Amino acid sequence: MNEVRIPMALYMLNRISGMLALLVIFIPSAANAMGAEILKNQCASCHNLTGPAPASLGALWARKGPDLFYAGNKYRQEWVEGWLQNPARIRPAGMFYMQHIKPGPKRDVVDESTLSPHISLNADDAKAVAAALATMKAKDALIRAEKHDPGMSPGPLGEMMFDKIYGCMACHQIEPGYGGVSGPEVYTAGKRLTPEFMLSYIRSPQAWDPKIWMPNKHVPDGNMQKLVNYLIGLSEVNFDE
Amino acid sequence: MNKFSFILAISLILFPTWSFAESASENYRTYCMQCHGMTGNGMGANIQDMSVQPRDHTDAKSMSSRTDAELFKVIKEGGLAINKSSLMPPWDSTFTDNEINDLVKHLRKLCKCKHEG
Repeated sequence: MNEVRIPMALYMLNRISGMLALLVIFIPSAANAMGAEILKNQCASCHNLTGPAPASLGALWARKGPDLFYAGNKYRQEWVEGWLQNPARIRPAGMFYMQHIKPGPKRDVVDESTLSPHISLNADDAKAVAAALATMKAKDALIRAEKHDPGMSPGPLGEMMFDKIYGCMACHQIEPGYGGVSGPEVYTAGKRLTPEFMLSYIRSPQAWDPKIWMPNKHVPDGNMQKLVNYLIGLSEVNFDE
Repeated sequence: MNKFSFILAISLILFPTWSFAESASENYRTYCMQCHGMTGNGMGANIQDMSVQPRDHTDAKSMSSRTDAELFKVIKEGGLAINKSSLMPPWDSTFTDNEINDLVKHLRKLCKCKHEG
């Protein structure tokens, strides 16, 4: 009898572990499928999920939200999951600033009435969408070409590099309400973006987005690492206090 | 189908990625107005916290002190190339030389001026 039971137990164990393995494979792929479905139904009207990026100014002006076809190389998955449940504006003047500014007494100002909030998702949907976006890895070669060196700290010179030497603050806010408005805020960039994407995008914004209004500042490799490490440090500052 | 439509159709088949050069006013709108302002007066949406204010392109006096070659250089290589602010970035990765030449002409329209030596 025992001789029968042992192979039986082994057989059952084998079946169970097989099912567990299947489950492990199935859970993420089911989440991906659900996420992909949400992307298709709720996101595709504003976000480009397939590429390519706008190749003309007309297409650039018509873009309603960031391109997502390389989202898996650009964003940190955990940030996407959290942000989708509690979305807050990242670009003070919207996707294309010219559609959201108006002349003001001292300078052109953001016309808040033209900006609309991003939809928010429940926790399950946000998790599924974040998982699906993480698989969208167009432009992989650009990411593979970068190697982040967390050890290259800019020290206290980070802000000076970002503001004065490379002039990035002209378009980007380094704390809420401080800096330019035509680019995305950067005080959350370290939490939002992968270091390799930041390196690659600074190296050549046009390689990702040929018509984007961010110029290539020709930052040398070492200083690029320092800028990215400055941004990562900046994202750890709590500006709410 | 007339002759023109036929040639256009053939071109679109042969050159599916055909792109026309962007006009200077469209380039100015997309890339320059963020700092130089919707009317080119230097009062762009980005200037609030800038240490150096962008050039007023409608100011004939200051714009006429620059040669076309200098304007070309500052657009292509950035402010530092003519000993001005690094806040003016180089646009060499964005524009072709032809587009920069067209932008220089566009600036001359905005200031209604030319170089006066």
